[in-house]
Amino acid sequence: MKKMTAHRVSYTLDSSLDSVNKAEEEATKMAMRSGFDEDEAGRISMAVREATVNAVLHGNHYDTNKRVSLSFENTGNELVITVQDQGAGLDPNSVADPLAPDNLLKQSGRGIFLIRAFMDEVRFRNLEPGTEITLIKRVHATTSDHKEASQ
Amino acid sequence: MTMKASTRQVDGITVVDLSGRITLGEGSVVLRDNVRELLAQGHKKILLNLGDVTYIDSSGIGELVSGFTSVRNQGGELKLLNLTKKVHDLLQITKLYTVFDIKDDEASAIAAFK
Repeated sequence: MKKMTAHRVSYTLDSSLDSVNKAEEEATKMAMRSGFDEDEAGRISMAVREATVNAVLHGNHYDTNKRVSLSFENTGNELVITVQDQGAGLDPNSVADPLAPDNLLKQSGRGIFLIRAFMDEVRFRNLEPGTEITLIKRVHATTSDHKEASQ
Repeated sequence: MTMKASTRQVDGITVVDLSGRITLGEGSVVLRDNVRELLAQGHKKILLNLGDVTYIDSSGIGELVSGFTSVRNQGGELKLLNLTKKVHDLLQITKLYTVFDIKDDEASAIAAFK
Protein backbone atom coordinates (compact mmCIF):
# COMPACT_ATOMS: atom_id res chain seq x y z
CA MET A 1 0.00 0.00 0.00
CA LYS A 2 1.46 3.36 -1.01
CA LYS A 3 0.41 6.87 0.02
CA MET A 4 1.96 9.99 -1.45
CA THR A 5 1.91 13.66 -0.58
CA ALA A 6 3.93 16.45 -2.14
CA HIS A 7 7.11 15.74 -0.20
CA ARG A 8 6.39 12.49 1.59
CA VAL A 9 5.88 8.91 0.46
CA SER A 10 4.89 6.13 2.83
CA TYR A 11 4.45 2.38 2.50
CA THR A 12 2.93 -0.36 4.61
CA LEU A 13 4.84 -3.58 4.02
CA ASP A 14 4.52 -7.25 4.96
CA SER A 15 7.10 -8.77 7.28
CA SER A 16 8.93 -10.54 4.47
CA LEU A 17 12.20 -10.53 2.58
CA ASP A 18 10.35 -9.13 -0.44
CA SER A 19 9.63 -6.04 1.66
CA VAL A 20 13.32 -5.67 2.41
CA ASN A 21 14.12 -5.66 -1.30
CA LYS A 22 11.23 -3.27 -2.00
CA ALA A 23 12.44 -0.85 0.70
CA GLU A 24 15.95 -0.92 -0.75
CA GLU A 25 14.68 -0.23 -4.29
CA GLU A 26 12.45 2.64 -3.18
CA ALA A 27 15.28 4.13 -1.11
CA THR A 28 17.57 4.14 -4.14
CA LYS A 29 14.92 5.89 -6.27
CA MET A 30 14.12 8.43 -3.56
CA ALA A 31 17.78 9.19 -2.89
CA MET A 32 18.54 9.70 -6.58
CA ARG A 33 15.44 11.87 -6.93
CA SER A 34 16.65 13.93 -3.95
CA GLY A 35 19.91 14.70 -5.73
CA PHE A 36 22.32 12.26 -4.14
CA ASP A 37 24.91 10.72 -6.42
CA GLU A 38 25.05 6.99 -7.12
CA ASP A 39 27.53 6.22 -4.31
CA GLU A 40 25.55 8.17 -1.70
CA ALA A 41 22.29 6.67 -2.94
CA GLY A 42 23.87 3.23 -2.54
CA ARG A 43 24.83 3.97 1.05
CA ILE A 44 21.38 5.37 1.87
CA SER A 45 19.64 2.37 0.31
CA MET A 46 21.88 -0.01 2.25
CA ALA A 47 21.03 1.80 5.50
CA VAL A 48 17.32 1.47 4.65
CA ARG A 49 17.79 -2.18 3.76
CA GLU A 50 19.50 -2.88 7.10
CA ALA A 51 16.81 -0.99 9.03
CA THR A 52 14.09 -2.94 7.23
CA VAL A 53 15.88 -6.25 7.84
CA ASN A 54 15.93 -5.38 11.54
CA ALA A 55 12.21 -4.55 11.46
CA VAL A 56 11.19 -7.69 9.55
CA LEU A 57 13.58 -10.14 11.20
CA HIS A 58 14.36 -8.92 14.72
CA GLY A 59 11.27 -6.76 15.30
CA ASN A 60 8.38 -8.60 13.70
CA HIS A 61 10.07 -12.02 13.45
CA TYR A 62 8.50 -12.56 9.99
CA ASP A 63 5.05 -12.50 11.67
CA THR A 64 2.50 -12.32 8.83
CA ASN A 65 0.12 -10.40 11.10
CA LYS A 66 2.62 -7.62 11.72
CA ARG A 67 3.49 -4.83 9.33
CA VAL A 68 6.47 -2.60 8.65
CA SER A 69 5.85 1.09 7.97
CA LEU A 70 8.31 2.91 5.78
CA SER A 71 8.33 6.59 4.89
CA PHE A 72 10.55 8.94 2.94
CA GLU A 73 10.37 12.71 3.28
CA ASN A 74 12.45 15.25 1.41
CA THR A 75 12.36 18.41 3.49
CA GLY A 76 14.43 20.36 1.01
CA ASN A 77 17.69 20.07 2.88
CA GLU A 78 17.31 16.59 4.37
CA LEU A 79 16.09 13.19 3.32
CA VAL A 80 14.27 11.80 6.37
CA ILE A 81 13.43 8.09 6.36
CA THR A 82 11.52 6.24 9.05
CA VAL A 83 11.09 2.49 9.48
CA GLN A 84 8.65 1.21 12.09
CA ASP A 85 7.99 -2.34 13.23
CA GLN A 86 5.45 -3.85 15.62
CA GLY A 87 7.87 -5.92 17.64
CA ALA A 88 8.83 -6.03 21.30
CA GLY A 89 11.14 -3.03 21.09
CA LEU A 90 14.86 -2.50 20.77
CA ASP A 91 17.37 -0.91 23.10
CA PRO A 92 20.02 0.46 20.73
CA ASN A 93 22.44 0.83 23.64
CA SER A 94 22.37 -2.93 24.16
CA VAL A 95 23.79 -3.61 20.71
CA ALA A 96 27.40 -4.72 20.98
CA ASP A 97 30.18 -2.87 19.13
CA PRO A 98 30.96 -5.03 16.07
CA LEU A 99 34.45 -3.49 15.86
CA ALA A 100 35.48 -4.71 19.31
CA PRO A 101 38.14 -7.42 19.00
CA ASP A 102 35.88 -10.01 20.65
CA ASN A 103 33.06 -9.25 18.20
CA LEU A 104 35.01 -8.84 14.97
CA LEU A 105 34.49 -12.45 13.88
CA LYS A 106 30.86 -12.71 14.96
CA GLN A 107 28.47 -13.57 12.17
CA SER A 108 25.86 -10.91 12.99
CA GLY A 109 25.52 -7.53 14.71
CA ARG A 110 26.74 -5.14 11.99
CA GLY A 111 23.40 -3.77 10.74
CA ILE A 112 22.97 -0.81 13.09
CA PHE A 113 26.67 -0.04 12.86
CA LEU A 114 26.41 0.25 9.06
CA ILE A 115 23.26 2.38 9.32
CA ARG A 116 25.10 4.80 11.61
CA ALA A 117 28.13 4.79 9.31
CA PHE A 118 26.11 5.66 6.22
CA MET A 119 23.65 8.25 7.57
CA ASP A 120 24.23 11.70 9.08
CA GLU A 121 21.83 11.15 11.96
CA VAL A 122 20.06 8.08 13.38
CA ARG A 123 17.37 8.12 16.07
CA PHE A 124 15.48 5.34 17.79
CA ARG A 125 12.06 5.64 19.38
CA ASN A 126 10.22 3.02 21.41
CA LEU A 127 6.61 2.86 20.19
CA GLU A 128 5.44 0.45 22.90
CA PRO A 129 5.02 -1.86 21.16
CA GLY A 130 7.43 -1.55 18.30
CA THR A 131 10.46 0.44 17.33
CA GLU A 132 10.84 3.41 15.02
CA ILE A 133 14.19 4.21 13.53
CA THR A 134 14.68 7.57 11.83
CA LEU A 135 17.49 7.91 9.30
CA ILE A 136 18.54 11.37 8.19
CA LYS A 137 20.81 12.31 5.33
CA ARG A 138 21.52 15.94 4.64
CA VAL A 139 21.27 17.05 1.06
CA HIS A 140 24.67 18.54 0.34
CA ALA A 141 25.28 20.97 -2.48
CA THR A 142 26.28 19.29 -5.73
CA THR A 143 29.69 19.81 -7.29
CA SER A 144 28.23 22.22 -9.85
CA ASP A 145 26.56 24.20 -7.03
CA HIS A 146 29.94 24.50 -5.34
CA LYS A 147 31.46 25.77 -8.55
CA GLU A 148 28.68 28.28 -9.06
CA ALA A 149 28.93 29.43 -5.45
CA SER A 150 32.67 29.99 -5.75
CA GLN A 151 32.41 32.02 -8.94
CA MET B 1 19.83 -10.57 -9.46
CA THR B 2 20.22 -13.72 -7.41
CA MET B 3 23.61 -15.10 -6.54
CA LYS B 4 25.36 -17.78 -8.54
CA ALA B 5 28.35 -19.83 -7.50
CA SER B 6 30.53 -22.10 -9.62
CA THR B 7 33.51 -24.07 -8.42
CA ARG B 8 36.76 -25.03 -10.14
CA GLN B 9 40.08 -26.51 -9.07
CA VAL B 10 43.38 -24.71 -9.72
CA ASP B 11 46.61 -26.31 -8.46
CA GLY B 12 44.84 -27.97 -5.55
CA ILE B 13 42.97 -24.82 -4.57
CA THR B 14 39.19 -24.61 -4.85
CA VAL B 15 38.18 -21.39 -6.55
CA VAL B 16 34.56 -20.37 -6.07
CA ASP B 17 33.41 -17.80 -8.62
CA LEU B 18 30.52 -15.85 -7.12
CA SER B 19 28.26 -13.45 -8.97
CA GLY B 20 25.23 -11.37 -8.04
CA ARG B 21 24.12 -10.29 -4.59
CA ILE B 22 25.14 -11.81 -1.25
CA THR B 23 22.26 -10.68 0.91
CA LEU B 24 19.91 -12.00 3.59
CA GLY B 25 18.05 -14.95 2.14
CA GLU B 26 19.11 -16.70 -1.02
CA GLY B 27 22.58 -15.21 -1.58
CA SER B 28 23.81 -15.87 1.92
CA VAL B 29 22.40 -19.40 1.86
CA VAL B 30 24.13 -20.23 -1.43
CA LEU B 31 27.47 -19.09 -0.03
CA ARG B 32 26.96 -20.96 3.24
CA ASP B 33 25.96 -24.19 1.49
CA ASN B 34 28.90 -23.98 -0.90
CA VAL B 35 31.47 -23.59 1.86
CA ARG B 36 29.86 -26.34 3.95
CA GLU B 37 29.80 -28.72 0.99
CA LEU B 38 33.43 -28.02 0.12
CA LEU B 39 34.53 -28.64 3.70
CA ALA B 40 32.48 -31.86 3.83
CA GLN B 41 34.29 -32.99 0.67
CA GLY B 42 37.64 -32.25 2.28
CA HIS B 43 38.41 -29.11 0.29
CA LYS B 44 40.02 -26.81 2.84
CA LYS B 45 41.87 -24.35 0.63
CA ILE B 46 39.20 -22.05 -0.72
CA LEU B 47 39.50 -18.88 -2.77
CA LEU B 48 36.29 -16.86 -3.06
CA ASN B 49 36.31 -14.80 -6.24
CA LEU B 50 34.04 -11.81 -5.53
CA GLY B 51 34.78 -10.00 -8.80
CA ASP B 52 31.21 -10.27 -10.05
CA VAL B 53 29.51 -9.71 -6.69
CA THR B 54 27.48 -6.56 -7.22
CA TYR B 55 26.13 -6.07 -3.71
CA ILE B 56 26.63 -7.39 -0.22
CA ASP B 57 24.72 -6.54 2.97
CA SER B 58 25.49 -7.16 6.65
CA SER B 59 24.11 -10.69 6.34
CA GLY B 60 26.47 -11.35 3.42
CA ILE B 61 29.39 -9.94 5.39
CA GLY B 62 28.40 -12.24 8.24
CA GLU B 63 28.39 -15.20 5.88
CA LEU B 64 31.90 -14.36 4.65
CA VAL B 65 33.08 -14.19 8.27
CA SER B 66 31.31 -17.44 9.09
CA GLY B 67 32.91 -19.16 6.09
CA PHE B 68 36.32 -17.83 7.10
CA THR B 69 36.04 -19.14 10.67
CA SER B 70 34.54 -22.49 9.61
CA VAL B 71 37.41 -23.15 7.22
CA ARG B 72 40.02 -21.97 9.70
CA ASN B 73 38.54 -24.13 12.47
CA GLN B 74 39.06 -27.15 10.24
CA GLY B 75 42.68 -26.26 9.65
CA GLY B 76 42.10 -24.75 6.23
CA GLU B 77 42.42 -21.35 4.59
CA LEU B 78 39.85 -19.10 2.96
CA LYS B 79 40.99 -16.08 0.97
CA LEU B 80 39.15 -13.43 -1.01
CA LEU B 81 39.87 -12.37 -4.58
CA ASN B 82 38.88 -9.39 -6.76
CA LEU B 83 36.88 -7.20 -4.39
CA THR B 84 34.76 -4.52 -6.01
CA LYS B 85 35.10 -1.03 -4.57
CA LYS B 86 31.78 -1.37 -2.71
CA VAL B 87 32.77 -4.64 -1.05
CA HIS B 88 36.26 -3.31 -0.33
CA ASP B 89 34.79 -0.23 1.38
CA LEU B 90 32.39 -2.35 3.45
CA LEU B 91 35.20 -4.60 4.68
CA GLN B 92 37.25 -1.54 5.60
CA ILE B 93 34.41 0.10 7.52
CA THR B 94 33.77 -3.12 9.44
CA LYS B 95 37.52 -3.59 10.11
CA LEU B 96 37.44 -6.95 8.35
CA TYR B 97 39.86 -5.89 5.65
CA THR B 98 42.78 -6.87 7.86
CA VAL B 99 41.14 -10.11 8.98
CA PHE B 100 40.78 -11.60 5.51
CA ASP B 101 43.68 -12.32 3.20
CA ILE B 102 42.60 -10.35 0.12
CA LYS B 103 44.21 -10.63 -3.29
CA ASP B 104 43.83 -8.75 -6.55
CA ASP B 105 44.95 -11.41 -9.00
CA GLU B 106 44.27 -15.10 -9.11
CA ALA B 107 47.82 -16.32 -9.73
CA SER B 108 49.23 -14.62 -6.64
CA ALA B 109 46.20 -15.70 -4.63
CA ILE B 110 46.76 -19.34 -5.60
CA ALA B 111 50.48 -19.03 -4.83
CA ALA B 112 49.71 -17.54 -1.39
CA PHE B 113 48.11 -20.76 -0.11
CA LYS B 114 50.51 -22.80 2.00
